Amino acid sequence: MVESQNELLDDGVYLFVKQDCPTCRLVEPVVRQLQSRSPALTIFVQDDMTFFAGVEGVRDDRSLEQSYHSNIEFVPTLIEISGGQEVRRVIGWDRQDWQSLFQDPDLGADLPVGQPACGSLSVAPGAEDYLRGRFGPNPLKSRSFALSRFDDPVEQAYDRGWTDGLPVVPPTAERISRMLAGTNRDPQEVIGNIPPNLAECTVEKVAINAVLAGCLPQYMPVVLAALETALEPNFTLHGLLCTTCFSSPIIIVNGPIAGEIGMNWGINALGQGNRANATIGRALQLIVRNVGGGKPGEIDRATLGNPGKYTFCFAEDETDPTWKPLSEARGFAPGSNTVTLFPGDGVHGFGDSRSRTPEELTRSYAMGLLGCLHPKLCEATYAVLIISPEHYAIYRQAGWDRDKITSELYKATVRPGRDLIRGAQGVGEGIDPARADEDVAKFYEEGLLIVRAGGPAGLFSGILTGWTAGRHRDESKPITREIKL
Amino acid sequence: MTDEVRIFDPTGEQAPAMRERLAPPASLEGKTVALYDIGKTRSDEFLDSLEPELNSRGIKTLRVAKPTNAKVATPEILRKIVDGADVVVEALAD
Repeated sequence: MVESQNELLDDGVYLFVKQDCPTCRLVEPVVRQLQSRSPALTIFVQDDMTFFAGVEGVRDDRSLEQSYHSNIEFVPTLIEISGGQEVRRVIGWDRQDWQSLFQDPDLGADLPVGQPACGSLSVAPGAEDYLRGRFGPNPLKSRSFALSRFDDPVEQAYDRGWTDGLPVVPPTAERISRMLAGTNRDPQEVIGNIPPNLAECTVEKVAINAVLAGCLPQYMPVVLAALETALEPNFTLHGLLCTTCFSSPIIIVNGPIAGEIGMNWGINALGQGNRANATIGRALQLIVRNVGGGKPGEIDRATLGNPGKYTFCFAEDETDPTWKPLSEARGFAPGSNTVTLFPGDGVHGFGDSRSRTPEELTRSYAMGLLGCLHPKLCEATYAVLIISPEHYAIYRQAGWDRDKITSELYKATVRPGRDLIRGAQGVGEGIDPARADEDVAKFYEEGLLIVRAGGPAGLFSGILTGWTAGRHRDESKPITREIKL
Repeated sequence: MTDEVRIFDPTGEQAPAMRERLAPPASLEGKTVALYDIGKTRSDEFLDSLEPELNSRGIKTLRVAKPTNAKVATPEILRKIVDGADVVVEALAD
């Protein structure tokens, strides 16, 4: 890789200007007077190369490479280099300073005594990260590939096997640099080993995959937290990514950060159209694919899979003060920023337009929840119930809070074991016949997670069935962690 | 400056190590066969039916089980197979 170099090494005077600056235009006649004078003057133009046309020593700095290296914040800026060192910097038009630097007491005598400088393009909003990535010391440790001018970077990413089937954003140094600016964490900090290959994953690798996914830098804390949570032993990411089942990681975000980064918990919360929802979930999947090597058809052996394996991430609606958010229900302080990773399948839609009392709705929900995995299997999986605003209104109006709803749903999903044992009801699948005389709960006591999300209209709620590996309590379970900002 | 576009590698940058499989033994006489239940539903049923067939032919068996198929084998489980058996039959599923 060709390294960017600071060209202000030789003794002389260097001037940085842009045409879109009244003060730079003011000094143009003065600069023309300085032609062939000593010390030698080199002029870097940031925007329009017709500016200073015909003047000796004009250089094209529209890339802002030299402006970046010389830390130019304003134009015009004059820098005097002597003995290889910067010995003087004059900002704007200051007649006395210019006369002193060029040792000419008549220089610019017809101009005002002074005129302030304008902002340099190299410090325009967004320029700093871009220029650091492009011209700064290369802090990236990852291998890189030079593309020819005829290569399409998007197609290159396909050819190298980096995509989930959809196009990815090419991971250039400037984009990765911008992404790394979204976290205070050291780019070389190791987050963990990503299964199945147990490859070491640094913050830098997370950032590269976040670029691929289309993330904004401010999503980085959520992506990092999601990955760290997915790597907790009892989430069992290795098994989840290679299972024949439908499941994959589902990310539920709680706390103020969800609003701050523009996540969707309202209309179409589980669907398309929101950048944060779409790309945070996708980044996690791409890390599994690219860093860990978990690719479908190889170690990912899903019989059918589900569309959530591209991305599945949403936020909880915390706007109703009567509702205790999922993060609090799972032991975190009010206002905490958290991610909950749920190993689960796609969305099972649930509609009930007739129930009007909390008792009716609870019995109705129970019917839907009993179908998770298989109607006759119990304590075999976790589940998420996503209650929409119109359904929640039935509970709220009756004074039922999260705890009441949770306990009543648990009770409503307890059934006689004799109806559930293998062979009962003429169905081979079922629970252990030894439990025929028990009352058997569908879920473990902590096995049903309830989340509030969705648009204001529609008596529809959502059920996410967990991975079948929930049949042993600690085989694979939902895990919540705080997001480090 | 340069117009070159350079993209950075999002992968783990690992290279696979290829290892030759051991040649299967010509005979199981005097060998111990590990019967390895990976923890998937009904793996044990398959091994329960296979074990007496082997034993009736004078072949020793060693039962090894993972608690769940969802998690990878621990080094201890793998060590038990390596130390205690010459051949392994892995019972997958369902």
